[in-house]
Amino acid sequence: MFTNIGEFLPFILQGLTITVQAFLFGAALAYSIAIVAGLARTSKLAIVRVIATIFVELFRGTSLLVQMFFFAFVFPSLAPFTISTFLAGGLALGFNYGAYASEVVRGAVLAVPEGQKEAAISLNMSNFQRMRLVILPQAFRIMLPGIGNNSIELLKGTSLVYFISLADMTYRADILRGANTALSDQVEIYTYLLFTYFVIALPLVFLTRWLEKQASKGVSTA
Amino acid sequence: MTWDWEFAFEVFPDIISAIGITIGATVAAYFISLTLGLVLTLLRRSSFKPLSLLIAGVIEFIRMTPPLVQLFFVYFAFDMSPFVTGAIVLGVHYATYVSEVYRSGIEAVPSSQWEASKALNFSRAQTWQKVVLPQAIPPVIPMLGNYLIVLFKETPLLSGIYVLEMLAVAQQIGSDTYRFLEPVTIVGFLFLVLSYPSALFIRYLEKRSGKLPGSAEKGVKT
Repeated sequence: MFTNIGEFLPFILQGLTITVQAFLFGAALAYSIAIVAGLARTSKLAIVRVIATIFVELFRGTSLLVQMFFFAFVFPSLAPFTISTFLAGGLALGFNYGAYASEVVRGAVLAVPEGQKEAAISLNMSNFQRMRLVILPQAFRIMLPGIGNNSIELLKGTSLVYFISLADMTYRADILRGANTALSDQVEIYTYLLFTYFVIALPLVFLTRWLEKQASKGVSTA
Repeated sequence: MTWDWEFAFEVFPDIISAIGITIGATVAAYFISLTLGLVLTLLRRSSFKPLSLLIAGVIEFIRMTPPLVQLFFVYFAFDMSPFVTGAIVLGVHYATYVSEVYRSGIEAVPSSQWEASKALNFSRAQTWQKVVLPQAIPPVIPMLGNYLIVLFKETPLLSGIYVLEMLAVAQQIGSDTYRFLEPVTIVGFLFLVLSYPSALFIRYLEKRSGKLPGSAEKGVKT
């Protein structure tokens, strides 16, 4: 057992590019959506709040894999144009984790003490200045742990693109398993795959911890 | 392609008949999470350092690797039915999340409670049973309930190991008829209809009981 590492691991790692691309695309989309939707949910305008809430609840309430199937199998039959499988997977990941992360953004904005807002108003700051200079810098610090956790969840979520036949690491492992049917080979393949995901997730954990440390510098109350 | 009501009504009974599998897997996995989660929390607090470190390491590893890959690993390594495999893997995966919830509850119990128990000559087991856990668990019930919803939305992953839950049935219909629109939308709708009211109920409980200090960030999905 564990003698085929030279053959199996490189084969799995050929899917690393797709995994990382799906993660980066998903993360970029998710965090853009999170900021927009998160702020929209704290808006004074009821209509903005309602639209953002519907969006968030829709993507939180249905399952990620269902959404991925929707983008990959249903969307092409509805839209007059085609989207690539990668785009379908990336959109599902971005929308789903964006909806979850928007809660983190919203929570953080609401967690900034009310006095900060009042102080900004008394300094005659505009709404935009108040957000940019006072609220968001403080909210950002509060968001970091949540965003970090969310990124790890997103990385794990990329494995679901296997279902829509995108050749990520999980998909490559499945091909390998099809060609090596001995029990010991199968255990070996998935052991390598598990450890590869673990090793990719580690930098995210350390990055989050480092950012949290940086962000808490010079702040009296943690 | 436009929505075909006739087709939707035709496939609806097939999909809804699989809801038993979905809910069965959710409940089985949840039961495992709640029990194993508590065991993990207690073992992690063990004063025997190697044990607590080992448990902490195992928890991190499980949390940081995709549940889908864990499903494949267990499915191909052990000779168990798909349903049992699915319930165990999801149950163990989320036990690591649930153990964080228990931990936050236990840490919120003031240390004076421990001292008082000692003064009353309670044994360790008695202290846990009669003093600490009765105070630690009720405040975290909403967060525990939240993981029931999370698990429910994770069950579509089981279609990867041929458990015929709702999404697997929808996909089957889709590939037989080349119509994915209705089956996938119906599955999404059923997930939303069941999970959204439950989520509202949990949020209501959360609001009523008031939040635990420092516990908000760790439960990634809320």
